[in-house]
This record gives sequence, structure tokens and C-alpha cells, in this order.
Amino acid sequence: MGSNSDFESGLHALFTRVFGDSEPLLEFKRLSGGASQETWALSSANQQVILRRSPGGTSEARSSAAIGLAAEAKLIQLAAGTGVPVPDVLHVLSEQDALGDGFLMSRILGETIARPILRNDEFSEARAKLPRQCGKALAAIHSIPTDSTPPELQLSDGQAQIAQYEEIYRQFKAPRPVFELALQWLKANAPTPRATVLVHGDFRLGNLMVDETGLAAVLDWELAHLGDPREDIAWVCVNSWRFGQSQNRVGGFGQLDELLDAYNLQTSLDIAASEIDWWEILGSLKWGIMCMIMYEAFRSGADGSVERAAIGRRVSETEIDLINLLEAAHA
Amino acid sequence: MHDQPSVAELVQAVKNFIDKTAGPNLTGHAAFHARVASNALATVLRDIDQRPNAEAAERARLIALLDASEEMSLGDLNADLSNRIRQGEMTPSTTGLLAHLKATTMAQVEIDQPRYSGLKTAKD
Repeated sequence: MGSNSDFESGLHALFTRVFGDSEPLLEFKRLSGGASQETWALSSANQQVILRRSPGGTSEARSSAAIGLAAEAKLIQLAAGTGVPVPDVLHVLSEQDALGDGFLMSRILGETIARPILRNDEFSEARAKLPRQCGKALAAIHSIPTDSTPPELQLSDGQAQIAQYEEIYRQFKAPRPVFELALQWLKANAPTPRATVLVHGDFRLGNLMVDETGLAAVLDWELAHLGDPREDIAWVCVNSWRFGQSQNRVGGFGQLDELLDAYNLQTSLDIAASEIDWWEILGSLKWGIMCMIMYEAFRSGADGSVERAAIGRRVSETEIDLINLLEAAHA
Repeated sequence: MHDQPSVAELVQAVKNFIDKTAGPNLTGHAAFHARVASNALATVLRDIDQRPNAEAAERARLIALLDASEEMSLGDLNADLSNRIRQGEMTPSTTGLLAHLKATTMAQVEIDQPRYSGLKTAKD
């Protein structure tokens, strides 16, 4: 969309439209790189805000599962109403703004990168509090009435996800015996579905803003959908999201019992730790196939970057996790 | 044909260039990609070194597990194994299946990401 100067003048106009003539935009800086959503930090004399915008201001969701930024803004507002820590949505971009799809939100200070959160002393108190805070936040997300959620959200339960990811995997025509075994095992051991809830869809370090006192905000709602509450609990347990701290099943920072204690205090679901195993196996398989999808962007010639090529050599990480989990399930 | 420098030596030289010369002069996303590139070359070096033995062992295990012909290629053996698992003919309870997959996957992760936490779990 448009040239850089169009973008810049669009930002200036947006700022005075939202915050008034007394708050002219002084500085703007791109925070995230890559092909995913653009994140910009914008500031005036008294305002520090974040613009989350589709890449280059286009109006296309970056994957078929993504719900679009307007729906994401609506979900964040819903979540705020149930006590989930989220940024304040200040403005949703409209055609008049001529900046594409996106929204303005308050800037929450903290860290999203997993390694410092898991290793640095300044986050030691945060690490101790995070499991319960995550349990509480997930309970609040899962208690949002599904009939109040935006219509863009798709229904995607465990069975639907197995079918969806198996189809993608088969299209690559690159048979991986470990993935075949995981697929068959998941089908043979599928649990009875739980009542459908709003699922965040990507609840893990990287998408959580963490400060010295713990969870400051739940971000990146673009993979939200309606589904099984155990999916979110298990996703943060997937070994890939423990970032090397395998001994701490929840995100590399805590134990599942702590998260579930806090979660079950707030919901009537009474989810048991043993219910999470199946979903963790599904989560590892999904992440492995997502890595295959990212490598496919290189293989097909769509993205020649070394990052997209190299991620194909991370699929085996999920295979060893699946072997470890299947071995434990059959011990 | 001569091989001085060998393929591995050439890859090592390029890795040295990225690590010591190019990388330190880059910032932001380009610096990140330089680290990814260096890691990719480390994988290449391990692959050159370890794949021949790892694949020979994998092949021997597959021929025994599938009672297959010595003539079959590794790709065909793995396609056959995948198919038997998909048909439900082989499950996690099948004698030797998990052990074979574990050995093969561990050898693969030793090449791809030897510091990955899941590899340590598998060894314990």
C-alpha cells in the first residue's frame, strides 16, 4: 500500500485523528521484522502506543487460519472485559485511515523473548508467578461466551486439527514414519471432546508480555478459534516452547499442576494433568508440520532466505519429542 | 580429481568468514540471518561427517524390521515403513518399531540440532 511517505503522512494523520491536534506524532519505529504482522511503536508527547498492521498494509490474512486484525482487536476487547491482561485497543483502522488493516493499542512494557525471561535474574519472581498467572488467564479466556466472539473464528477441535494437518503433511509427499505413527496414535487414542470454548491458539512465550512481576499481557490473538480448552493448556507445554528448560513442563518456567490448580479454581472444567498428554502430542506434531510448511516456502522458491531453508532441519526436534512422548505413553 | 581443500574444509572456511568477518559487521535482521547461516553450515559439516554411518545403520535396522530385500533403497524402505504404520499393521506396541524410530531420530537430531533438549531427554 502506497509509498513510504504515504505511510508516514498516514501515521501523522491517524495520530491527530485519534489523540487530537495537541498530540502530534513525534517518533515511529518498526519493532518486528519478517513476513508476519508489522508492529510499530509510535509516540507523541504523552502517548506511547503500538500499531499492529498487516504486512505492507495489505488486507490479506497471512494464513488461512488467521482471523484478521479487526477480529483480533475485537477479541482483545472481549478478553479485557473478563480480566485477561491485554493491551487497551485504542483505535481500529478504517478505510478513512488509508493504512490497511490493523489497530492501535497501548504499549505495555516488558519482555516477550523467551531466553531472557527463562534465564535472567530480573525475571526470577516472574517465573515463580507465571504458571498460576497463565492458568488464571487461560481460565478467563476459556470462560468468554463463544456466542460473543467475532464470526471470523473457525471451529477447530482435536479431530479437525488432525485432519487438517494430515492433509497438509500428505501434500508434501515426504513420508516421515514418526509423523505417521503420531497421526495413527492420536486417532486411536482420541479423547472425548470437552465443551467448546474460545481458544487463544498460540499461548506461549514469545506471545506473552512478561515483566518483573509476571504476566503483563497476552498478545497475538490471530490464531484464535473455537475448540477444546485443553489445546491451549497443552500448547504452552510443548517441548519446543520450553526453550531448552525441558524440566519445566509449562513454558520452561513451571509445573503443570500449578497452572491447573489456578485454572480449575476459576472454571468448572476440572481438567486433569493426564488429559494434557494427548494434546501435547498433537501440539508437537502440529509444530513439526508447521516447520515443514515454512521450509516448503523455501523449497517452492517463494522465499529464498536461509531462515526458511534451515527450519526444515528443525522438524526432527519435534520427531524426537514425539518419540519421547509416545515411549512414555507406552512405558 | 583432488580435494584440497575438501568440501568440509571449504564449508568451514565460509563458516569462519561468516562468524569472524561478515557477521560482526551486520546488525538487526541481517545479523540474525548470519547466525542462522552459520548454524546451517555447522549442520552441513555434521551431515557430511555422520550421515553415511547413520544411514547404513538405519538401513540395516529397516531391512530387519520390515523383513525387506537388501536391494531396496533407503527411501523405499522408509516409504514402506510409513505405509505399514498408516495401515495400522505396525503400532507403538510392535516389537522393535519404537526402538528403530528412536535410534534413527536421535541420529538425525545429532546432525540437525545436537543441543536440542529433547535429544538429551531421549538419551536419559
